[in-house]
Parts: sequence; C-alpha cells; structure tokens
Amino acid sequence: MNALFYLLAAITICGGLAAVMLKHLVHCALATTVAFAGLALLYLQLDAQFAGFAQILVYIGAVAILIVFAILLTRGADLPKEGVFSSTWFVGLVIAAGVFAVLAWAVLESVRALPQHNAVPAVTVHDIGNALVGRYVLPLEIVALLLTAATIGAVIVAMHEKERPKP
Amino acid sequence: MATSRLFTNLDQIFILLRNWLVDFLPAALRPAAGIVLGVITIVCLFPGLFALTTVFERKGLGRIQNRLGPNRVGPFGFFQPVADGIKSLTKEDIVPFSANAVVHFLAPLSLVVAVFMEFAVLPMGRNMVLVDLNAGLLFFFSMSASTELSVFMAGWSSRNKYSLLGAMRAVAQMISYEVVLLLSSVSVVMIAGSLSLPKIVDAQNSYTGIFPHWYIFTPWGLAGFVMYAIAATAETNRSPFDLPEGESELVAGYHTEYSGFKFALFFLGEYLAMFAISGLGTTLFLGGWSAPFSFLTFIPSWIWFFSKVMLSIFVFIWMRGTLPRLRQDQLMNFAWKFVLPFTLLNLFVTALWRFMGDGWMRWVVCTVILAAAYVLMGRLSMRNEHFGPRRYRYAE
Repeated sequence: MNALFYLLAAITICGGLAAVMLKHLVHCALATTVAFAGLALLYLQLDAQFAGFAQILVYIGAVAILIVFAILLTRGADLPKEGVFSSTWFVGLVIAAGVFAVLAWAVLESVRALPQHNAVPAVTVHDIGNALVGRYVLPLEIVALLLTAATIGAVIVAMHEKERPKP
Repeated sequence: MATSRLFTNLDQIFILLRNWLVDFLPAALRPAAGIVLGVITIVCLFPGLFALTTVFERKGLGRIQNRLGPNRVGPFGFFQPVADGIKSLTKEDIVPFSANAVVHFLAPLSLVVAVFMEFAVLPMGRNMVLVDLNAGLLFFFSMSASTELSVFMAGWSSRNKYSLLGAMRAVAQMISYEVVLLLSSVSVVMIAGSLSLPKIVDAQNSYTGIFPHWYIFTPWGLAGFVMYAIAATAETNRSPFDLPEGESELVAGYHTEYSGFKFALFFLGEYLAMFAISGLGTTLFLGGWSAPFSFLTFIPSWIWFFSKVMLSIFVFIWMRGTLPRLRQDQLMNFAWKFVLPFTLLNLFVTALWRFMGDGWMRWVVCTVILAAAYVLMGRLSMRNEHFGPRRYRYAE
C-alpha cells in the first residue's frame, strides 16, 4: 500500500464513477476505458505482467470498441431529453451495494482462511502458459467451445435470410 | 584482436555512450537516467526517421508515377519535411463548432503516446532494448490495440459524417486484421518458446554454414511472414488497404476535421506505427538485428536492424505506388475467408514442425501442406468468380 496504489485506485474509481455519472453515452464508454486502464495498471503494479497486458489488449482493444460500436449502431448516441437517470436508480444502488458487500466479505474472509504468503511468488508468462495447457486445460477448452458457439451464433444472426418461395 | 575490439565497440557504441553520459551523475540516479536517455533517443530518432521517410516516399511515388516529386526546398527537395513541419506548427488550429472539444483534443495525443510506447520493447541492436519485458510481444500488441480507440475518438468527436465513416472503416479493418497479426506471431512464439522479443532474436541468431536460422527461411515462417505482412499493411491503413482515408470517397477519413499540428500528429502516428510494425516483423521473422550471412557479423547490429526496417518501409511505399485500393467487401472477405483460415492452418503446421524433430521430412511435409492449402483455397474461392468485360450499372 503505497502512494502509487492510491493514485491508481483513484484513477480507476474516478473512471468508474464517470462512466455512471456522465450524460453522454460515448463519454461513458470512454470513461469505462479509463477504469479498465486503471485496473490494468494496478495489475502491473502487482507485477502481474500477463494479466495487465491482457487486460489492456482485451478490454481496451476489444471490449471498449465493442461498446462504442454497439452504442453507435443502436442510435443510442443521441442525448435523451428526459435525462439519462433511470427512475429505479435506488433499486440499482441497493443491488450494487449488495454485490459489493458479498465480494468484500469474500475477499476479507480469504485473508483469514488462507495462510499469509510473505514471499511474492515469481510467476512468469511461461508458468502461466504451462498451467493453462496443463492443469487448467479443461476449463480453457470449455471456454474456447463456448466462444466458438457464440461466434457461430453471431454469424447466423447476421446472415442474409434466404428468400423462401411463397406458398 | 584490436580490430575485433573496435567492431565490438562500434556494435555497442550507443550503450557505451549512454554509460559514459550516465557516469557523470551520482550512483543513485544512474538507472533512472539511463532509462530517460533511452526514451529521449526513441522520441527523437523515430520522428527524424519519419521526416526522412516522407521525402523518400514522395520522391519514390513520383518516380513510380513518372513525375518529379518535391524538388524546391533544399537540394533535391530534401528539406521539404522541415518546411512542412514549420507550416503545420504555424497553421491555425481549427476545432469544428459542434465538435466534442475534449475528445477531439485527446484523440491525436493518445494515439501518438500509444504508438511511441510500442518502441519500448523492440530490440534495435545487441543489448539495445529499452525494457526487456517477460511478455514483450503482448505489450506491443496491447499498445497497438489501444490505438484503435484513439482512431474512433477522432472520428466520432469531429461530428462529421466523413470522419465517422472513416473511423468506423478503420476500426473494423484494424480489428479484423489484428486477429491475423496476433495469430501469425503466435507461430513464432510456439517455436521460440518465449514472448520476450530479445529472446526471440537470440533464438534466430545462429548459422548453418553461412546461412542464418531466420524463421522466414522455414515453410511455416514464410507463410507466417506473408500473412503478417498483409495484416501489418492493413493494420497501419496503408495502400492497398487505405479505405479508411479513401480520398475519392471520404475526403481524408477520420482526420478530416483536424488541422495544424494535430493533423501532423496523426500523420506522425501513422508512420510511427509503420516503423513499429516493421520492426516487430523484422524481430519475429527476419532475425532482428542479426546479420544475413555469418561473414557479415562484424557490421554493427543496429545497422542491420534499421536496414531491415527501412527495406520494409520501401516495400510499403512500393506497394502504395503499384496496387489499386480494395473495396470494403473484398477487404473483409479477404481477411475472414482467406487470411484467417490460412493463418490457423499455419499454426497447425508450426506444431507439426515443432514435434517432427530434425531432418528433411518436416520440410517436405510442411511445405506440401501449406502449398496444397494455398492452391486449394485459391481455387475454391475463385470458383464462383466470373471475370469478363466489366458492366457498369449506372454509367452506360
């Protein structure tokens, strides 16, 4: 816990807050990107190079682009007149607080349940690769299958419908 | 003995220079000062190279198109980039009235910063790498992926249909070809067994007789390099993949509404991306800073690296002067129906190469698989194409 950590945490939280509070949807998407970048920097600060760069590559390089494309293609980029805040914002707040409480409880419990590691384990990209195709190969393959199915589904949705002969 | 020492010193001249400069400082500041010096070198060197390249490009294109090119400023027009630089610095910076000012301002900056970051992991000579990251290749790709968002920001914030269309085209194209770029590099990682770029160069830096062990001289390496080169051209929005800035349709694409130095920054970003991606291609397939023949190893390593990069840049310019622009549907079909399947097959062939062990068998098997796939895929995709006299729907 040093100054750098607090700085990065502040960037991440500000990005997240801006994503919720800003009025313009594209601005919100860009603010989300700031939050993603802050998270990636937090990973890097913890010496997790692979996770950090993968976070940038996947979230800033792909997910953020996906979000802005979705906004532009659905014509949600125009500013609505009645404001952007939902009337049920209180319910949303309660749900968010609940999820946060559960996660915080789990994290705090894990500190007590697991023995403290004083030495930082040196995990290289090589080790991560070996673990992914060794011990965790089944989850990896299942995720791959899921993604393939999703891709095929997207292609089917986007395909031209063939003209059926009218009965 | 004395000559070999001289050559070693020449090879390491920049490292020695840096150490000499840093030694003037107190010991506590030295590591940081070394890094700062490296950063300053990169930030000065590549824009200088960019200025030179613009002259060569305009001269070269002029030669290809049978005209003179710039020839007014300085001898043979060599000071043209200086004049252009002064012009773009003194021009008025116009921001459209309805533009989104903050995003409009941030887009060129974030683009250039991300592109500059890419150079941090490129080994430009023996021991000449700013940071030797464990996951260097991943870092490079994560930086090049974040430029897409800058392009989108530029196009969207301008509030101009041409800008937005150009940005959408650019982003769609960059995402499509980024997949190929990543997958064709994965085959190199599979053989070299590392994501660190200096280690990948080291793996190629040995010789059989006088010939080097560059990955381009293997069947999978050649196929991977061709796919990488195609994807790199598309990724940097160069001709024949320059649809995002197709002048005849979109004025200038996503930077239509930029003027003055912000426009120059986009221009700089495009050329820096070209240098970076050529540097990565050199590192992955062309042996990085290693010499092409074992008897040429006395020439300093950085000369080899920059020669290879400039050769790639020359090929970029040559292609721009020679090939017509693709159509949008041709671009996408080419990416998803030919280049991507072929790259996936190349991954499989690379694995075969890795596990078949030494010997001539793997050369035959890998070459046959790749050549057969190339011919078959070409035949299959051209089967339904009928070439005849062109018919114009509206112009006749």
